[in-house]
Amino acid sequence: MSERAIEPRAEGPAESRAGRSGMVAVVREHLREIGIPRFLIGLFLLLLFAVAVLTKMDLPSLITDCVLRIGRNGILVLALLPAVQGGVGLNFGLPLGIVCGLLGCVVTLNASVGGWAGLGLATLLGIVFAIPVGLGYGWLLNRTRGQEMMVGTYLGFSIVSGMSIFWTMAPFRNPELVWAIGGKGLRTTLTLTNSFDKLLDKLGAFQIAGVTIPTGTLVLFAAACVMVSLFFRTRMGITISAARSNPRFALACGISDQRTRVQATLFSTVLAAIGIVVFCQSYGFVQLYTAPLLMAFPAVACLLIGGASVDRATLVHVIIGTVLFQSILTVALPVTSQVVQGDFSETARLIIQNGMILYALTRKGSR
Amino acid sequence: MATTPAPAARRAEPGMRGGSRVRRAFASASVPLLFALLCAAGIWIAHLGPEFLLRELLSRFARNALLVTALLIPVLAGLGLNFGIVIGAMAGQIGAILVTYWNVGGIGGFALAIAIATPLAILFGLATGALFNASKGREMVTGFIAGYFANGLYQLLFLFAVGSVIPWHAPHMLLPQGYGLRNTVDLLGIQYALDDLIKVRITLEGSPVRVPVVTFALIGLMCAFNVFFQRTKLGQELRAMGQDPGVAATAGIPVDRNRVIATVLSTVFAAWGQLFFLQNLGTLNTYSSHEQVGIFAIAALLVSGATVSRATVWQALMGTLLFHTLFVVSPLAGKALAGDAQIGEYFRVFVAYAVITVALVLYAWQVKQGKR
Repeated sequence: MSERAIEPRAEGPAESRAGRSGMVAVVREHLREIGIPRFLIGLFLLLLFAVAVLTKMDLPSLITDCVLRIGRNGILVLALLPAVQGGVGLNFGLPLGIVCGLLGCVVTLNASVGGWAGLGLATLLGIVFAIPVGLGYGWLLNRTRGQEMMVGTYLGFSIVSGMSIFWTMAPFRNPELVWAIGGKGLRTTLTLTNSFDKLLDKLGAFQIAGVTIPTGTLVLFAAACVMVSLFFRTRMGITISAARSNPRFALACGISDQRTRVQATLFSTVLAAIGIVVFCQSYGFVQLYTAPLLMAFPAVACLLIGGASVDRATLVHVIIGTVLFQSILTVALPVTSQVVQGDFSETARLIIQNGMILYALTRKGSR
Repeated sequence: MATTPAPAARRAEPGMRGGSRVRRAFASASVPLLFALLCAAGIWIAHLGPEFLLRELLSRFARNALLVTALLIPVLAGLGLNFGIVIGAMAGQIGAILVTYWNVGGIGGFALAIAIATPLAILFGLATGALFNASKGREMVTGFIAGYFANGLYQLLFLFAVGSVIPWHAPHMLLPQGYGLRNTVDLLGIQYALDDLIKVRITLEGSPVRVPVVTFALIGLMCAFNVFFQRTKLGQELRAMGQDPGVAATAGIPVDRNRVIATVLSTVFAAWGQLFFLQNLGTLNTYSSHEQVGIFAIAALLVSGATVSRATVWQALMGTLLFHTLFVVSPLAGKALAGDAQIGEYFRVFVAYAVITVALVLYAWQVKQGKR
């Protein structure tokens, strides 16, 4: 937890001696530790599930969808972690990595490589594209310190819209990918049915109490989490965190935070590329053109809902945040449609997601 | 002292002197020159005549100029590009929706819409200003996200509350389910209310074309206000804050209060700007008209060579003209070049984003060099 959260805990025992007002203090202290936004969001999720139970909805299938979405989005949220750890802040430039992953998918599909080989090739190509992109992005962020979030956002927007031109002009000729009329220009949505659709989701999938567990995707997410946490125990990982928490001290130890910030950005971009391939695999479609434009925002909201701040995040934040926010996104649509017509979940998403980011941006002392 | 009107660029590059002034002048002119070239190339490729361009630009300029000038005061105050003008645009739309609901048309309706939008915009501006003060150093990203957040609340209001919680006695404006506004609101009542207050027509390409003289006059008035404002005490205080908030605070300038005032002014102008825009267009896309306001206004300002820390009225006007020329030309050029208008449309969106990106990068770069 952040330093601020530790403070009230230290005062705790002294206050609790005062009897009943002590109880209030303890409750308040717990509340502060969880954080009011996270508490409210948790409450909202409980409310949604309560409505689902009351209206006798199919609970196992709801939970199945939640678990599916958590696995699908997990690595994309995880991709933000190295950037925060490296002192670059919230990486709104996530679409850069995402576009690399998409390019990997498209090249693989164009070559008609299917199955596990296809999934492997798409991931590999995504990583290969993401390395130079991540290096360049890191270099740019070093030159634009203090405005990383804004530069990242608009660089992401530029690349996504620039790639829209690329998708229409690129010399892909596979008839399954391009528009039937005209014979060129990639379609907005490519289906993976004959390729690596749901390979990981189905790997070792099993049912428990009516809930289907997409084992492969979840195991991969867990493995990626373990990898990242191990990485931050290696020499390179430790220097990255050290340079973030105290750049001057790190410099005195011979660590240049110029270098570590590039490494952190690179790592984040590569993870985003892997994340989107896993996402496409689970979703069953590759969405091109403007689809990746706003993908960074829900991911950032996940991380923040998990309890991270602009300059501090841990694996626990990634996991809690993904579970909470993705569950809300999944459950909100079917549940609220029982009560109101129209897509209330989209409105709720806008408010929760951006409210959470605003809260994090305006928190005093988190600079 | 801080009140002397020194160019903001000098703060960013303290090392620059005399000889490099020429280079700096060229650097600031290079961006608009590049865009002028791009526009010219597009016009040449698509074989567009001057009359066609003039017809398109007359209405587009009148529509957008005020929104672009709404950005000037926050830049002066050192708040950067106010991505929060989206929230002001929402205030304007609330005014337009209510006027349509009450069936008040003509210039009276337009005035009423302004009268409704202004206090709302002041309120929203106060809230945005408070957010900016709580997030010093990252006002731009905060304004950007605040726009999305406000969009959520706006949807909550008009998609769900109107007709269910808030009584609404105009079923033709509602969705079939009985609550929530339809995706488009016809603003026939106030269409051209301002543009045609004094009817002037010129003949272009053989057909009469509306010249919105009143709108132009009001835009001119707003520009004059912006110039005048910079000479007032408040304007000078804002300029001092933009150059160095620390020094300004020591000099006794109420920095936080002034930042809120700057945000409120910008938000109110954005609300008016959006109403100018809507009365010309005549239809309101209830849930999307405001979304693009921020990026297009900001891109238009930046195309003129303005930066995050320095922008003039002149640049706002020239930028609007250049950016919207490109906007008209690029789909047509794309069609002529690749047989596909879609490519041109992607291209203009790309240009809007790319211009903002480059400006942000240059700004952050300069600030960093200034600190060194």
